[in-house]
Amino acid sequence: MQVASTSSLGLEAEADIVRARQVVRQHAQSCEFSLVDQTKLVTAASELARNTVKHGGGGLMTIEVLHDGAKRGIRVRFEDDGPGIADLSLAMTDGWTSGGGLGLGLTGSKRLSNEFEIESSLGRGTRVTIVRWK
Amino acid sequence: MIERIPILRIGQFLLITIQVDMHDQLAMTLQDDLTLAIEKTGARGVLLDISTLDVVDSFIGRMISNISAVSRLLSAHTVLVGMQPAVAITLVELGLTLPGVHTALNAELGMAMLRRELPEDGVDASGQH
Repeated sequence: MQVASTSSLGLEAEADIVRARQVVRQHAQSCEFSLVDQTKLVTAASELARNTVKHGGGGLMTIEVLHDGAKRGIRVRFEDDGPGIADLSLAMTDGWTSGGGLGLGLTGSKRLSNEFEIESSLGRGTRVTIVRWK
Repeated sequence: MIERIPILRIGQFLLITIQVDMHDQLAMTLQDDLTLAIEKTGARGVLLDISTLDVVDSFIGRMISNISAVSRLLSAHTVLVGMQPAVAITLVELGLTLPGVHTALNAELGMAMLRRELPEDGVDASGQH
């Protein structure tokens, strides 16, 4: 598998969540994702970008275009140096929320992605990586 | 950046068309503005058009649910119209099915739905101007 291109976007404020959606949409369109696949990837990215801004205290989104033979995919990584998540298996439960939300951000974005990876521990920030293939 | 979504009054109804990719604060402001507008106008119905929204995530989904619930408590009926099929598919997979939110395929059908919901109590707000 090859990484054909890499770009990144700082996620600091609410307006960056909107920007993240737009950047992911542009990449999905240039990879000729179907409208449904575009929407799923953009929605997942929106959830994760919000987590980075609101719970992680800001961070970085990195977006990569993947080539695997004839297959095209997009990998998006969200990294922050925030407080981290104490109990990952609890955080990956539908409806669990640290406050304010519906508790669908992590679980929902996992369902909307083909691949999902999360690394986090208390005091060490959080890193979430999703991949969606065309 | 647009800081407010306009709320239009048409007779006893309020019409909201969301035509921008909303940041979270804008969604919160809309929710507050609509609540005040219902109280001020005594509107009986709210038509919320999202036909140009190509993404509805859990935050915007929650705003839609809240708008519908608050309107109901203030005696106004909300109809959500124009959701794009790709958005509907994504929302269901996300786990957000918006229970209790009434929907119609487009604004015209939504307006017809609101008219049916309204009791014939003889109070016609549209005649006041």
